[in-house]
Amino acid sequence: MSPTSIFAPVSTPADSIMGLSIFVLLTVAAIFVVVFGLLAYAIVRFRNKRNDDRSEPAQVYGSTQVELAWTIIPILIVVALFLAAARVIASVQDASRPAGALEVTVIGHQYWWEYRYPKLNIVAANELHVPVSDPAHPTPTFLTLLSADTDHSFWVPRLAGKTDLIPNHPNSMWIDPHEPGLFLGQCAQYCGVQHAKMLLRVYVQPREEFDRWVREQQQLPHAEMEGAAVSAGQRVFASTACVNCHTVSGTPAKGRFGPDLTHLMSRDTIASGAAPNTHKTLRLWIQNPDAIKPGSKMPAMGLSEKDLDAVTDYLETLR
Amino acid sequence: MSTTTITLTESELPVSRPFPLRLHEWVTTVDHKRLGILYVVYALAFLTFGGIEATIMRLQLIRPNNHLVSPEVFNRMFTMHGTTMIFFAAMPLVFGFANYLVPLMIGARDMAFPRLNAFSFWMTALGGLLLYFSFLGGDGLYGGGGAPDVGWFAYAPLTAKAFSVGHSTDYWTLSLMVSGIGSVGTAINIIATILCMRCPGMTLGRMPLLAWLNLTMAGLVILAVSPLTAAQLMLLVDRYLGGHFFDTQAGGSAAIWMHFFWVFGHPEVYVLAIPAFAIASEVIPVFSRKAIFGYPVMVLATVAIGFISMSVWAHHMFTIGMSSGANTFFVLSTMAIAVPTGIKIFNWLATMWGGKIRFCTPMLFCIAFLFQFLIAGLTGVTLAVAPVDWQLGGSYYLVAHFHYVIVGAILFALFSGFYYWYPKVTGKMASEFLGKLHFWLFMIGFHLTFDFMHIPGLLGMPRRIYTYEPGRGWDIWNLIVTIGVVFQAAGILMFAVNLVWSYYRGRVAGNDPWDAWTLEWSTSSPPPEYNYAVVPTVRSRRPLWDLKHPEDPDWRYE
Repeated sequence: MSPTSIFAPVSTPADSIMGLSIFVLLTVAAIFVVVFGLLAYAIVRFRNKRNDDRSEPAQVYGSTQVELAWTIIPILIVVALFLAAARVIASVQDASRPAGALEVTVIGHQYWWEYRYPKLNIVAANELHVPVSDPAHPTPTFLTLLSADTDHSFWVPRLAGKTDLIPNHPNSMWIDPHEPGLFLGQCAQYCGVQHAKMLLRVYVQPREEFDRWVREQQQLPHAEMEGAAVSAGQRVFASTACVNCHTVSGTPAKGRFGPDLTHLMSRDTIASGAAPNTHKTLRLWIQNPDAIKPGSKMPAMGLSEKDLDAVTDYLETLR
Repeated sequence: MSTTTITLTESELPVSRPFPLRLHEWVTTVDHKRLGILYVVYALAFLTFGGIEATIMRLQLIRPNNHLVSPEVFNRMFTMHGTTMIFFAAMPLVFGFANYLVPLMIGARDMAFPRLNAFSFWMTALGGLLLYFSFLGGDGLYGGGGAPDVGWFAYAPLTAKAFSVGHSTDYWTLSLMVSGIGSVGTAINIIATILCMRCPGMTLGRMPLLAWLNLTMAGLVILAVSPLTAAQLMLLVDRYLGGHFFDTQAGGSAAIWMHFFWVFGHPEVYVLAIPAFAIASEVIPVFSRKAIFGYPVMVLATVAIGFISMSVWAHHMFTIGMSSGANTFFVLSTMAIAVPTGIKIFNWLATMWGGKIRFCTPMLFCIAFLFQFLIAGLTGVTLAVAPVDWQLGGSYYLVAHFHYVIVGAILFALFSGFYYWYPKVTGKMASEFLGKLHFWLFMIGFHLTFDFMHIPGLLGMPRRIYTYEPGRGWDIWNLIVTIGVVFQAAGILMFAVNLVWSYYRGRVAGNDPWDAWTLEWSTSSPPPEYNYAVVPTVRSRRPLWDLKHPEDPDWRYE
């Protein structure tokens, strides 16, 4: 089973689209069978026979009645499909926003996703956390879609259709996942060299779990410095170009070009889902990002082996 | 019509002249037939380049996390593939057929403006050369270029200086601008030729359908290509003169580029499809041995498609956050086009109904065209439903859909046209054996590639990714899709061999090898420089039918 199939929806927009898709696919399949059958019949039935007398068949120039028939019937089918489509368009696009809705601002960057929860004062990256929405007491998540650079598109097939993130053109969409789990997707509008590894991970969590995640994200990173290597690592981090692009709350690092690293270790992946978040990959990512994601905007830092170890150790304390 | 009005001229005896002289004749020619051949040969070269680019992409996608090419190279490949196939393969093919056939079929001696015709071809040729020169020159002073890598619809702001350094985007822009001027020139020429150059007796209502359809196509080219050329100019102003049309960092609008591009882009589909319909409308009657069913309805449906196609462009933009009202409107306008399109399919079906179908190579390609165009149209209807497009737009389902249109319908019809008019153009019959081999290999390859390509789209695979993660259920489908390429390439090879082999070794065709009914078959093969020694006079839509059946001529019924 594909984790990104449009036929396994767990959220209302994806669900109504699937219902409509099946209706449309069945309709066109029926048309296909009828017309295919007629074409196949004509080809077999009216093929030139081997013992043909080489005379020309009767010449027929047209018929108003049949032309009318195959004009009116398609018009009726089009009207039916159109009405079905119009209903789903309205139900998805013009849905009202209930009071319990969570608001998240999604900002597309070249090859990674920034998530800001304005009311919760959280900034996260690449892994979107949202609560489960109980159909009886819906707590949907409304996403405001912005872009920091080029066009992107937010597409998690099991949750909703895609909506583009276009600079100077704020968009919105909503999801109300009915069951917890990890839902995958990826950027669906070509955005540059590493469009392919701008992956999406949406963690749908039961309410308590989501609230716990919120509390953790709201705290500053634990300040305890576990040994000399770590404080050395922090010095390296603060004195190199790292701080130009990355933020670590409570420190002088306030860059916004790259993902916020305040709670880096709360994430399962790095490089927008391109690699698991392990000591080895994290170190490699700092040493040579092109080894994981060629063309990403993260530069190779050119650190000595010692500094590399120290920075990695430091980053691993950011929980 | 009296038999004396159609004179069967002897073809010029081939005189061996030195190569530079012959080359000079081809380069300076203003003859519509030679320009038609130049367009087609030029297009076939670019079809090969585009095919090589597609093959590189398919090899890269044969398995997840493949490292055959870098993301930069892959992005250039899909940009060049799309741009090449649309602007420098499909359009020149369509123009080549129109150039060669329209004057012959309406009993004219040349196009209305022969020198504009030559100018248009050479502009198009320059455009293609500019585009491919980017492989060498795209780096420019700024570095970081190479061939264009912004996608064939080049969405803003990726084309802005901030994101596209170097000159690759400039080559893309200039090549489309230059070839766009050529396209508009040809379109004006086709319209003027059809309106002013018809032979005596050929009223608009007696024109072959091919002429009607190319008239519609030419009208669409003027309406569609002009906004594209304007947009290219605006993009150049943005990049070099500090304009802010599409430059979002300074308040420009990315969405305006999308509107400009697709107001060109969707009619463009019909610019390519209508001439394909034109070929089918000539081939199907001849090989079914029946007059086209519902000629006036076919003309009306074509013109209707032309008009409606100008009002559907935003269905390429269902995901950009238009209002629900706008989305609903474009669902309706897009679906409306299915009605005249369906009418055409049914009329072709009715033309075959009760006929005596001969399965020569041109007809085989036409029959495949009918089935594949049916499927392409139906998947098009699914994508016209905006919510379905929210899921499947920009996915491999969409890629499969439009390749079904462009390859499955348009290219198959063009192949049919190649085999149908090859005897007229060269004077030799194309090999039926190689033709059928080409047909079967290409059809198997086509279906392996593009049938199975729908599935990864349904499973969430977006287009334009140079690689993908394992475990998404996409692997096996991508493998099958790539295997199909082998068969397609083998088919194309048979086609190329056939074109060359039959030219030297083919059976002599004579004037009218298919026992056909339109004017071009009344003159010699290949036709003499001025087509008709005596301009023919016609009394019906099928002048040669009238000649062959004086006891039962068409003009009694029209």
